[in-house]
Amino acid sequence: MGKLNDLTIAEARDGLAAGDFSAAELTEDCITAMEAARNLNAFITETPEIARERAATSDARRARGEALGALDGIPIAVKDLFCTTGTLTSAASHILDGFTPTYESTVSQNLINAGAVILGKTNLDEFAMGSANITSYYGNVKNPWIGPNGEDLVPGGSSGGSATAVAANICPGSIGTDTGGSIRQPASLCGVVGMKPTYGRCSRWGTVAFASSLDQAGPFARTVRDNALMLEGMAGHDPKDSTSAPIDVPNFEASISGDLKGLTVGIPEEYTLDGMPEEIQALWDQGAAWMREVGAEIKPVSLPHTKYALPAYYIVAPAEASSNLARYDGVRYGLRVEGATLDEMYENTRGSGFGAEVRRRVMIGTYVLSAGYYDAYYVKAQQVRTIILNEFNTVFEDVDVLLTPTAPNAAFPIGAKMDDPVAMYLNDVFTVPANMAGLPGISVPAGLDKSGLPLGLQIVAKPFDEETMLRAADALERAANFTAKPRYLGGQ
Amino acid sequence: MSLDRDDVRKIAFLARIKIEDAELKPLADELNSIIGWVEQLGEVNTEGVQPMTSVAEMLAPQRPDQVTDGNVTQKVLANAPDRVKNFYTVPKVLD
Repeated sequence: MGKLNDLTIAEARDGLAAGDFSAAELTEDCITAMEAARNLNAFITETPEIARERAATSDARRARGEALGALDGIPIAVKDLFCTTGTLTSAASHILDGFTPTYESTVSQNLINAGAVILGKTNLDEFAMGSANITSYYGNVKNPWIGPNGEDLVPGGSSGGSATAVAANICPGSIGTDTGGSIRQPASLCGVVGMKPTYGRCSRWGTVAFASSLDQAGPFARTVRDNALMLEGMAGHDPKDSTSAPIDVPNFEASISGDLKGLTVGIPEEYTLDGMPEEIQALWDQGAAWMREVGAEIKPVSLPHTKYALPAYYIVAPAEASSNLARYDGVRYGLRVEGATLDEMYENTRGSGFGAEVRRRVMIGTYVLSAGYYDAYYVKAQQVRTIILNEFNTVFEDVDVLLTPTAPNAAFPIGAKMDDPVAMYLNDVFTVPANMAGLPGISVPAGLDKSGLPLGLQIVAKPFDEETMLRAADALERAANFTAKPRYLGGQ
Repeated sequence: MSLDRDDVRKIAFLARIKIEDAELKPLADELNSIIGWVEQLGEVNTEGVQPMTSVAEMLAPQRPDQVTDGNVTQKVLANAPDRVKNFYTVPKVLD
């Protein structure tokens, strides 16, 4: 048997159920892998003691014949944006220095209740603001894939640590958050499967807020099936989040059927960008052909306002961030930098506590919400958002899911796109529309670019129809048969 | 619309973020490039369109007005920068 950390969740579930190995053995292999991968900087805080204790609890439960579902005894990693009882929760920001919650986020609590074994808290862009995991106070995360000239690459962001942990086989599953693509884009750049569920599917309670009308938690794993298993463990109505949907959690794994008979897949023409690498267009065409081969009908569709989703996002998200981050004032917890007056204390604390990208976005948000500009920017962006949602609604009268590229490029070198904020923002051009409309989206690794780096394709579905999305994603995954491995695991 | 150094200074104060004088010009350039880019929204005809407030098509849920937790004094105090007995002690923020 190989190392147990190489197994998928479904394989580990079956092995645990058959008694081939224990949760303690599985967890020990994952801890060893986590410690061996420290040069990737995927974790801000490792919690091996907690992991060993939960693994032992899982084994004891199983020995009593009381094993829980698929996630019982499965090691996972948690983005350091979810509050975890007794463990530093930093949001990768200096301003949350020393913040140790005394409560657990609903999503991580749901996973703990399902028996999952948390290995540690993963690195991210500060307050989840970024597309390359280069804005963390705790340093860059390295992609397990290596550039054509041996250079270090970004894992994408903001959930770069969670994507890397799964891509480097540290653990079979992890969780992140996706406000504008922060799960799907790093999944694409790291060659793993990552999903943003429907807004309201997973509770936001206990998750450090970035942009509340867009934020949604979701899973990373190496297969679509494992994504289904993770989502089932995370989702569910939570009275503590008033936007959490009061609907039951289906058996997501059961939605995976293998064929796409009767399914209509829309190809939105506006997702073709000038200057997009040819291999991304070719892979997208190939994806449509694969889905047709297993029974889907392919239909061109039009979403005319797609190009306005990203600029509208860069008004709405900073506006909400400027409000949400107003709470970090140096008064009650985290960093405080003294000043001669109260205002000076606020300014000094926030001036040294926030990094450059967070500062930029808080200032943009403050500006677009300020007197005299609110209607011109914020109201306008919210109107554009309504138009984008209406266009999706119209298209979904004719098709079941949409197929698009996940990102306009593969992983890029650490340090690239640093000087031009707008160039960095364009990484999310294909993922942001789903956030603006609250729709579920999933990225599946589908091929390699000419440098041998992974590229993902995205499936977007109707609200609360993750089942159809998973069915389509599974078919895509089977057809693509993506088996390439990063350099870190001996591939490339 | 183009922001100058004084505009940036004013926004920074509204956001209560200390900015060194030397940073005002580069920050103005960055913010102007972002704002210039988002202003393409001006091309979109939004006449009569309702601004979105939430993608979740649901009313704010209601619950009985009952106490559902409490007696967590030590948990609340755990992240306090300072404390006096069971009081959370912070700098004076109101005159």
